[in-house]
Amino acid sequence: MDSLTPRIDEALAAIAAVATLDALEAQRVALLGKSGAITAELKALGKLSPDERKARGAEVNVAKQTIADAIAARKATLERAVLEQRLASERIDVTQPGRDGGRGTLHPLTSTQERIESIFAQLGYSVAEGPEIEDDWHNFEALNFPAHHPARAMHDTFYFGDGRLLRTHTSPVQIRTMRGRQPPVRIIAPGKVYRSDSDQTHSPMFHQVEGLLVDESATFADLKGTLEAFVAAFFGQALEMRFRPSYFPFTEPSAEVDIRWQRDDGGTRWLEVLGCGMVHPNVLKNCGIDPERCTGFAFGMGVERLAMLRHGVTDLRAFFENDVRFLAQFA
Amino acid sequence: MKFSEDWLRSLVDIPADRPGLTSRLTMSGLEVASVEAIGASLDGVIVARIVGCSPHPDADKLRVCRVDTGAGEVQIVCGAPNARAGLAAPLAMVGARLPNGIAIKTAKLRGIESQGMLCSAKELGIDADTSGLLELPEDAPVGKPLAAYLGLPDAAIEIELTPNRGDCLGMLGLAFEVAAEFGSTARPFPPAAVAPVIAAPRRIRLEAGADCPRYLGRAVRGIDMTAATPVWIAQRLRAAGLHPINAVVDVTNYVMLETGQPLHAFDETRLDGAIVVRHAHEGESLKLLDGSEARLDPAFLVIADERKPLAVAGVMGGFDSRVIEATRDVFLEAAHFAATAIVGRARRLGLATDAAHRFERGVDPELPRAAIERATALLIGIAGGEAGEVIEAVQREHLPQRAPITLRRARIGRVLGIEVEDSVVERILTALGMRVEARDDGWRVTPPARRFDISIEEDLIEEVARIRGYATVPVRLPAGAPPVPQADETVLPLSALRRGLAARGYHEAVCYAFVDPRLLEAWQLDANAVRLANPLSAEMAVMRTSLLPGLVEALRRNRNRQQARVRLFEAGRIFGRSEHARDTAAPAVQAAAPVETDMLAAVACGSAYAEQWGEPKRALDFFDTKGDLEALLALVGSPGTWSFDANDLPAWLHPGRGARLLRDGTVVGALGALHPLLQRQLDLPETYMFEVRSDGLRQRRISAARQLPHFPSIRRDIAVEVDDSLAWASIASAIRSELPAILQELVLFDCFRGPGLGLGRKSLAIGLILQDSSRTLTDQDADRCVADAVARLEGEFGARLRK
Repeated sequence: MDSLTPRIDEALAAIAAVATLDALEAQRVALLGKSGAITAELKALGKLSPDERKARGAEVNVAKQTIADAIAARKATLERAVLEQRLASERIDVTQPGRDGGRGTLHPLTSTQERIESIFAQLGYSVAEGPEIEDDWHNFEALNFPAHHPARAMHDTFYFGDGRLLRTHTSPVQIRTMRGRQPPVRIIAPGKVYRSDSDQTHSPMFHQVEGLLVDESATFADLKGTLEAFVAAFFGQALEMRFRPSYFPFTEPSAEVDIRWQRDDGGTRWLEVLGCGMVHPNVLKNCGIDPERCTGFAFGMGVERLAMLRHGVTDLRAFFENDVRFLAQFA
Repeated sequence: MKFSEDWLRSLVDIPADRPGLTSRLTMSGLEVASVEAIGASLDGVIVARIVGCSPHPDADKLRVCRVDTGAGEVQIVCGAPNARAGLAAPLAMVGARLPNGIAIKTAKLRGIESQGMLCSAKELGIDADTSGLLELPEDAPVGKPLAAYLGLPDAAIEIELTPNRGDCLGMLGLAFEVAAEFGSTARPFPPAAVAPVIAAPRRIRLEAGADCPRYLGRAVRGIDMTAATPVWIAQRLRAAGLHPINAVVDVTNYVMLETGQPLHAFDETRLDGAIVVRHAHEGESLKLLDGSEARLDPAFLVIADERKPLAVAGVMGGFDSRVIEATRDVFLEAAHFAATAIVGRARRLGLATDAAHRFERGVDPELPRAAIERATALLIGIAGGEAGEVIEAVQREHLPQRAPITLRRARIGRVLGIEVEDSVVERILTALGMRVEARDDGWRVTPPARRFDISIEEDLIEEVARIRGYATVPVRLPAGAPPVPQADETVLPLSALRRGLAARGYHEAVCYAFVDPRLLEAWQLDANAVRLANPLSAEMAVMRTSLLPGLVEALRRNRNRQQARVRLFEAGRIFGRSEHARDTAAPAVQAAAPVETDMLAAVACGSAYAEQWGEPKRALDFFDTKGDLEALLALVGSPGTWSFDANDLPAWLHPGRGARLLRDGTVVGALGALHPLLQRQLDLPETYMFEVRSDGLRQRRISAARQLPHFPSIRRDIAVEVDDSLAWASIASAIRSELPAILQELVLFDCFRGPGLGLGRKSLAIGLILQDSSRTLTDQDADRCVADAVARLEGEFGARLRK
């Protein structure tokens, strides 16, 4: 019997030479198919003596297995190449921009206000609201502004024909809140306020956040601690602060709060960011709260000022021009 | 309040340098707004006198002056219009360096040598006057260094006084305050009384009760109005921002600055009989010092004589009785007017005067005598003349009374959160001029008459904290665990809606709440608008009744800045008149309060998508904007409560491309294209928008889970031809009601008009997703459902099933 080895070598060489899956399949049929060369060898085994058949059978089976393995390996290689070719053809320019549903933004005053709200929420303050068209009593009288007092001149007020006015501060919400419930009270009141003043540093409409805490133990020390905690949280760092005596008719003692702010030239300056004080006993009384039993503190801040510091906005009026090129900057 | 630092230091010892003083003032509540150094660098500037003055041969505006320096003469070329022989003026000699940085050298001006420079006040940094050379008094000592002569260097310090601190509107009050701040003592100020040398009686009648409980007058006769004001007075006036004018005006101004008591001087010869302090008559008018005509009513207090009004009390003197160059005899006035009688009056006349500013805040009722004596002494010292007797009219029962205030030791701790030693409390209050009597649990404190701001215990506590320093109060957080705020899940936070719109490409805008009434008219949204009585301008005169007009204006402005595709939204409040709503908390206001409604609105124009390579470009249409609104509704949840219809549309909407949004049958918003007429009027492209009530939008039910079905669903698609005018909502609602339990979902997946259909007909392709919760549906079941639905549509709407 002739040895199968040369034919195996020949078959392996043919398989290795095949370049396509179709050609490989033809090779497989030619070798292992129904009338393939190796199949013919298997069929021929029946004509041999049992001894011969055993030896020859083993030899043929090895050949068949060897060739089948080679075909499988070659097939995997060719398939891989085909896949790679296809993937290469599917390549796209991944640097082209993604399909854009448009990108909107929140107004910087909104995001600033939300940040203020969330910080005070952690200190247990809930949000209260009040009307923007107020009456004299809530905006001034109840807050201890005597009629015709020069303190009113600090508030250039918009009036309506019936004596109502646009609130000049968010402080009337203090009154509405305290008249609605007994202490303990912890609220902040964000919202629009109006003063009839318009120039580079004044807008006739702007935003404040008022804060109020009334309970049986509130002190000026608590007020200082609360505002220091807020400033540190808002700016993400404990800025140097100072409390300066000041005057608001509805608080006594009253203070203005400055923070030490980095200037562009590397120096620092004091910047006023807040007004605050202990709620005036007359205000508590006006709201039906006994000032002997309860004390409280209140504070107010301008959202525009804080937003300007936070975002480096230099022109107040930009907040109200609604130029999308300005708005689009604030993610 | 602006004042000379040097003047303040002459009244009280201040153990601190300038920065120490200003920072202490600021930290005690007298906020320093500015500090201007005066005459800081005047080495080499002397008092000189022009002895000869001739025109420059080659320049019309220059003159060549011979100037006496006290040590010889120099030649100076000078362009000042007031350069003249005999004038004493400051001379910067060669080698001097002025505060503005100019170094003085010998120079040739148009060929003529100048050995120095004669100076204006501005060039010396003394005040802003640039009109000519600073004119010095005739007796100015030639050769003396100017700084020494003027009492320089000095600084003008400006403090921003809060309205409660009228007591610091005079140097004496300020000195008391500063003394307390530094633990120092203010020098006493008892000006010597000027004995009368002539008899100049005049009756004074007080007819205004508590509005004017004290009036002092005094004649000074035979004064010389040409007498020059001494430099030290002029210098202090300049530092305070006032210009020296003449002896009488300068003296009254100086004494006002010094004491805080406003004074007035009349030309005595213009007075007819008694001085009468009374309320103005209705319609009475008076020409004032500034030439304006004041129309008065009984709210004004006037100083009058027996025939005519002379002055608006506490505000401004009259024109006819003013002191003029020819005046020889003056009548000085120092009176106490109640703050309530003066406040707001100057403003009503369109004036802001130093006198009104002080009286409005309260002036010490004990000051008039000291002030009138001081003014008499100064005036006679400058301008000569003979003083008459001081005439005082007083109604003691109407003078403001200071009641003692109880200050409890425990209350200090209760308010400030710190214990303050008794001795510290007593020292501070005493230093502020209060009378302090110890009691078991604290003190009885009587504030000085000048402190109108101290009336209750807390006012005293503030004084203690203020002088002790707010920095000494410790920092701590309120005791106890903070309450956990209620988070109401049934109201969607506005922030979620804002973010929803931002995610769909809208930028948030903030528009003014007041708008142009003509704009609201154009939108036909003006019917219930609330109008401001004192708007900043006609364009900001009414409160908005909708967010849309303002937002569309903002959109228009952006288009004018080359933005073709603009999408804006706003969350804000709108205002309108109401017949109901009464606020019981405000007894003073009876009429119904305007209604305020929080709204959410969005506007868009331009292409449907931002410019890109991936999708064909197309214009925005109704359904893009409706999709944006529906995305918000999806954030709210509560499907099935929302519906749209096209009934009763607002006038600003395109009548064929507008819709109302309803929630459970109640209108909560509107949506659609801007009406083409309005669009043209506003010069806009096609613009889509919606506006929704925030409360209507944000209310929600907390989503409840339901059992998912175990059995498979079947989808059947049908195409039906119907009248073009038939609303999809009607078809959907008919199908839903026909197949109530079994129809899971209804999809409109095509809508087609055109060839093959009758005129005015459309074809709708509808997908029905059917499912039963208790069994697997068979094909027969599905066929029957479809047949039922089609039959319903045929019967109800004349629909025709397309095969």
